[in-house]
Amino acid sequence: MSEATPTRSPESEMDDRPAEVEATSSNVAAPLAIEVQEEAPDDAATRQVVFDLHDVNVYYGQALAVAGVTLEIYKNHITAMIGPSGCGKSTIVRSLNRMNDSVSGFRLTGQCTYHGNDLYASGVDPVEVRRRIGMVFQRPNPFPKSIYDNIAWAPRILGMKDNLDERVEKALRGAAIWDEVKDRLKSSALGLSGGQQQRLCIARSIAIEPDVLLLDEPCSALDPISTASVEDLMQELKSDYTIVIVTHNMQQAARVAERTAFFSLDVSEGRRTGILVEYDETAKLFTRPADKRTEDYVTGRFG
Amino acid sequence: MASVDYSGPLTPTGNLRRRRVVDRLARGSATAAAFLAVAILLIFIYSIVQHGASVISFSFLTKNPLETFSVSGNAPVGGIGNAIIGSLLIVAIGTLIALPIGVLIALFLTEFASPRWAGPVRLALDLLYGLPSIVIALFLYGLLVVGHGQAGVYASLALAIIMVPLIARTTGESLGLVPKELRDASLALGISRWRTTVGLTIPSAFGGIVTGTVLAVARAAGETAPVLLLSNLANPIQTSGAVFSQPLNNIPWDIYNFSTEGGATNFAKAWGAALVLVTFVLVANFIARALYARSRRMITR
Repeated sequence: MSEATPTRSPESEMDDRPAEVEATSSNVAAPLAIEVQEEAPDDAATRQVVFDLHDVNVYYGQALAVAGVTLEIYKNHITAMIGPSGCGKSTIVRSLNRMNDSVSGFRLTGQCTYHGNDLYASGVDPVEVRRRIGMVFQRPNPFPKSIYDNIAWAPRILGMKDNLDERVEKALRGAAIWDEVKDRLKSSALGLSGGQQQRLCIARSIAIEPDVLLLDEPCSALDPISTASVEDLMQELKSDYTIVIVTHNMQQAARVAERTAFFSLDVSEGRRTGILVEYDETAKLFTRPADKRTEDYVTGRFG
Repeated sequence: MASVDYSGPLTPTGNLRRRRVVDRLARGSATAAAFLAVAILLIFIYSIVQHGASVISFSFLTKNPLETFSVSGNAPVGGIGNAIIGSLLIVAIGTLIALPIGVLIALFLTEFASPRWAGPVRLALDLLYGLPSIVIALFLYGLLVVGHGQAGVYASLALAIIMVPLIARTTGESLGLVPKELRDASLALGISRWRTTVGLTIPSAFGGIVTGTVLAVARAAGETAPVLLLSNLANPIQTSGAVFSQPLNNIPWDIYNFSTEGGATNFAKAWGAALVLVTFVLVANFIARALYARSRRMITR
């Protein structure tokens, strides 16, 4: 970006920034124009903490993958995690429902609590953790079953067998896909389009009534129209669920999230370690970032 | 490089001519070898059909041999009815033993084993697959037949030992085809590992498991050494379903007997029995292939 605007030195841009921010509080003084939600009213007094991470380090074998992450994730908020590839944002999100357990060499230190319970205490059953903290993945991954069975499979196994038809309909309506699939519930889910498949996966997750939805780059395999429908869906879901979304797309974070965490890579000492640079209200992070690295990233001058 | 005239016509120069000849030779011999394999199979099938088709009749497929081989040189009547039944029983029991064991081994390898254990187990399976069937038969002969007498079920055991590595291999391959994302999706719904395996992974790989089993059945049906040593009926007239206590007549044993007995009629019968066996094996293979292609499409679409 700095190459594209050679006449403006970084310093001059730094000088410009505060004035422009004051002039248009919801716009970024940057070549990359990002629309940011209206700043949320300060709810510091009422918000409830769902996840509380304190000085969390993640290791893969000997390598320190993510270091010193401290953040709180609040109930009924959409929290976005952004940052360059390999910065550990997915690692952190997958640590929240213990999906990393199966990765060989995975180790987590520090405090990582969910509603005050240590997620990594001995005696914690990862199956129970995931039953409460659902996850939607990067690539839509419907089961090779019918649309109906995609939704109904987990409730059946988990013993939620009463009014299964209603539950399926509710989940599909909740994921805003009911009207598109109601006439072909018995046909294979693999026949749906990518965007429909991803919404089906969200429906599948909410059918077991979890507390939290973790979305790991849910739109990266989708076209813009499907992305828009998934984003609309997130706004509808947040009244019932706490949502954490990992995204490569800064505009997406700006559009949907109340709070955003910016991760980056620390390449000092010959290591590549993900670090949490800044975590704040989305509007603030994109318009008045406290850290130079955040500013460089959100204005597109990273690297 | 002055030897090349860049402005000259674009026809071969220098050693390119020789290289082209070598290339054609290599290509030609590889193609010939491939066609040779196909030709051998076709000639083989053709001669079996040519010699065996004439004896195939309803009574050949359903009637028992009427006389003991040792009494009559040229048994004029009778068929391979009890051999077909015996082969079916022996193979069926062998499959019932091998299928669960093979699938469990495959599950261990793909779902539960750490790489440190998977390697040695895979190697053991490959070695087991390479064991000559006559050695397996001899081992079971020494272990079971000596002192107890023969029984069809002993042949089933030998066939099971032959089938287990085959079933484990193909099942393992099709379990490995089930994308990790599907398992993750299930785990993220709060479903335990085992329920995920039983409810999702195995059904997704079902076509592959059936395929492996059908292939193993086809292979086992034609295995001769085990039935020769463990279930050779001295008097092939009798039909017996007593697979657990008596040797059963079976198709390989009939082929062996008919052909060693000599005489035109007996030879024709040997060809007929061979035709029945080959038809079964080929049909089973085609079914397996179709199932495998279908299951791949289901998983990887």
